[in-house]
Amino acid sequence: MDLLNLSSTMLYTAFILYLVATLFFGATIRQDKSERRKKRKSGTIGITITIIGFTAQLVYLITRWIASGHAPVSNMFEFMTFLGMSMVLAFIILYFYYKLSFLGLFALPIAMIIIAYASMFPTDISPLVPSLQSHWLYIHVTTVALGQGILFISFAAGIMYLIRQVDQSSLNKGSLWLEIVMYVMFLFIGFIVITTSFNIMDYHAEFEYTEAGNVTTTDYHLPAIAGPNEGALLTEGVMEPWFETPTWMQGADAGRKFNSVIWSFITGTILYGLVRLIIRKRVGAKLQPLLKNVKPDLLDEIMYRSVAIGFPVFTLGGLIFAAIWAQIAWGRFWGWDPKEVWALVTWFFYAAFLHLRLSRGWHGEKSAWLAVGGFAIIMFNLIVVNLVLAGLHSYA
Amino acid sequence: MNKVKCECGHVNPEGTVLCEACGKPIEGNQHIDGNEGNKLLNMRYDGTARRSQTYNKSIIDKIWSFFSSVKVGVWLIVIALVASMVGTIFPQEIYIPADAVSRDPAIFYEDRYGILGLIYYQLGFHNLYSSWWYMVLIALIGISLVICSLDRFVPLYKALKRQKAKRHETFLNRQRLYSESEQVTPDDIETVKENLKKQRYKITDENGHILAEKGRFSRWGPYVNHIGLIIILIAAILRTTPLMHTEEYVWVREGQQIVLPGTNGEYYIENKEFIMEVHDENDERFAQAIQQEGVVPSNFQTDIVIYQETNASVPGAEPELEPILEESIQMNKPAKFDRYTLYQSGYQVNEFTNMTFKVHETDDPEESSLGSFTIDLTNPDSIYELDSGFRVQVDQYYPDYILDNGIPTSETNFPRNPAFVLSVYPPESDTPEISFIGIGKNIDATGENEYKVGIEDFELHDVSGLTLRVDFTLPFFILGAAIFMIGVIQGMYWQHRRIWIHPKENGILLAAHTNKNWFGIKKDIEKSIENTPITMARDQQELDE
Repeated sequence: MDLLNLSSTMLYTAFILYLVATLFFGATIRQDKSERRKKRKSGTIGITITIIGFTAQLVYLITRWIASGHAPVSNMFEFMTFLGMSMVLAFIILYFYYKLSFLGLFALPIAMIIIAYASMFPTDISPLVPSLQSHWLYIHVTTVALGQGILFISFAAGIMYLIRQVDQSSLNKGSLWLEIVMYVMFLFIGFIVITTSFNIMDYHAEFEYTEAGNVTTTDYHLPAIAGPNEGALLTEGVMEPWFETPTWMQGADAGRKFNSVIWSFITGTILYGLVRLIIRKRVGAKLQPLLKNVKPDLLDEIMYRSVAIGFPVFTLGGLIFAAIWAQIAWGRFWGWDPKEVWALVTWFFYAAFLHLRLSRGWHGEKSAWLAVGGFAIIMFNLIVVNLVLAGLHSYA
Repeated sequence: MNKVKCECGHVNPEGTVLCEACGKPIEGNQHIDGNEGNKLLNMRYDGTARRSQTYNKSIIDKIWSFFSSVKVGVWLIVIALVASMVGTIFPQEIYIPADAVSRDPAIFYEDRYGILGLIYYQLGFHNLYSSWWYMVLIALIGISLVICSLDRFVPLYKALKRQKAKRHETFLNRQRLYSESEQVTPDDIETVKENLKKQRYKITDENGHILAEKGRFSRWGPYVNHIGLIIILIAAILRTTPLMHTEEYVWVREGQQIVLPGTNGEYYIENKEFIMEVHDENDERFAQAIQQEGVVPSNFQTDIVIYQETNASVPGAEPELEPILEESIQMNKPAKFDRYTLYQSGYQVNEFTNMTFKVHETDDPEESSLGSFTIDLTNPDSIYELDSGFRVQVDQYYPDYILDNGIPTSETNFPRNPAFVLSVYPPESDTPEISFIGIGKNIDATGENEYKVGIEDFELHDVSGLTLRVDFTLPFFILGAAIFMIGVIQGMYWQHRRIWIHPKENGILLAAHTNKNWFGIKKDIEKSIENTPITMARDQQELDE
């Protein structure tokens, strides 16, 4: 399994390179006019490292493809990794057009959170069930991911716009909501931190419970705060669950996932609290001065353009290719499966966004909030629909 | 009709905001596009006269204005979006899971989700996407699409056709990108023209007034993609008629040959074999995943033969079947014949084909047979006469036996777990002994039976679930989707850019407009005016104004 080892090393390398590139993009912040040359240089180094990182991730993708015999986009780990990679690609393309180094300072960390989040799911190569055995697997999934990756850039630009423009002098609607968005980011980071910590400790707690009429077992990697519904703890010497996961949570292995969510909230909240203690301001307020030299008009334009570019790609992958494949595999091109409905919801949302841009007063801040909303919908479709609402797409 | 004549001599239709030819704002109409009190002109539809903004007297005018509003369109989209979300809170009726206490929605939703589930069911949200109001919503979006498009496309098309290179000064200085330059020589202007040409601008020169334009076709993108969407909506309506679309689900046992439903007796199908394969757990690539998640199927396949009835025209005649197709249907590999497509959609393994029983004396430890009989489970007889004189009467047959609150019943009609209540009449006797017998069950009702019935043998088979579909609407959907994609790419990936140069005594006025990507047009202008004294157009709109 040398190829597989190489593959995971390359993914790890890519991750580190994105981190380094972010630091270089961060270095472009220096505001001194005389240092403009240095600034440009730092941006160039940043983008070069990003491209090397992207290439490393491409090697990850190809080697994993060879090792598994199918396109590595078939489970949650593989798909989310690919999504992060698409976002980096979209960033690289837009960088060469707009030459805005700051975008890297926000887009790359978001891509990194997505990739790190992906790694929390089982990374084993899983064999394909019959319905997935088709070339449409990679045609459909890669196009969707690419479309979403481009749309995520609009989120990065939108967040930058909000950080730049929201009035931070007091706690108002704008600054509060922006802070909530920041807090949610901390929840993702919290999930990554806590999962990694307990993975290093090699924590296991096994439960036996009934799912869909069958007795199954599940292996918790985090101490069970919420046990499976009517589950029995099999492992000895570990923490007893405090309460049971309610029955209405569906989907495979709901208890374990619910437990992870609780842990993310706990860890994320603690992290956020610590940061607030140190900086003694809202996170948004702390970041605001960083962006004071960026023109809000340009951010608005990048935000709008990435939606304009991403929307057709998403439509093609998420609705048209999806429908073609569904017709071949399931005999119906549209079936109102939750995943399909949420792809439609995403499509409606961005269609509304594009139409609102026709009216006065919807540029700038309102658009930026919409970009955040679109990101939330895509993430909802990815995480909640897969993990909570049972459906044909719950492969993870 | 109150046509409006502009000072440039062009006669504009009633309701025009900016003269179609020279762009001069037409007095009294500025409120229509909200230009009053604004420095910049609203260029969204080039200030054309739209029916919706012009006439508002009759009821038709009002309906037209209502549907042509972008605001109304967006609200319709948002309502559809929220409604679609609501439909995913709980599963739709067709997705009620197999482990549910009951597939009956009246029971399922309340049982699993409590009071919220009951409300969900009572509001009809379990069939939300086929509810009348969801359909109405989509239809309203369709109407809005048509009216919006017509309202804008026609006047915009005319205005762009009639536009002149020579523009009124007020039009120019109220553009977002605008500059005034002094001391510009004709040579400089020539340079700019050349540079613009190099960037693939189309130049119109009218007595020194220059219009450079590119990508006008991208303005039609929205209308093209709306046509695509309308075709898709029409296809969806067509699909509800049985003429265009039919669907049949059929269970075929291995070895069984039946007429395909929905083909008017023209086609028969034979299921030769159903094959289910699983991934090899020794495959080292997947070993770990299989160990964690259990067996993963790798193939569902039905080997079928399709026969065509060649004697169908003669009523009552014996069917004459001619095999026309022999194929292995898999997931992602449906079979096609004539206008039909046949999909592998389901399976049931290990159904009982038949069971053979023998009768023996209850206290015979050898259980030596006093005669045996075979029940065909898909077609059981009511009485079996044995050679030895025994008569066995089938009193009850449960193909898929379960105990429901202590009452024996059959969960489905498929012989998955057969059980029987049998009356055994010994030779020359009219008093039966009653036995209950099933898989792993053999109950003597009275405990005093002299004879016992035991299972001697059984045969199993698999069943394939196949979907047979006729769908003539697919080409329309494909056409609609293709047109939509063309339109959306045309509108999104290209921009309509116009640059005007207006000569003055000593210098020029420069103005520019694009429908999107202002960054791009600024770069175009910068490139064109390089090495000339022309001032770069200033962006007169800053968002944080």
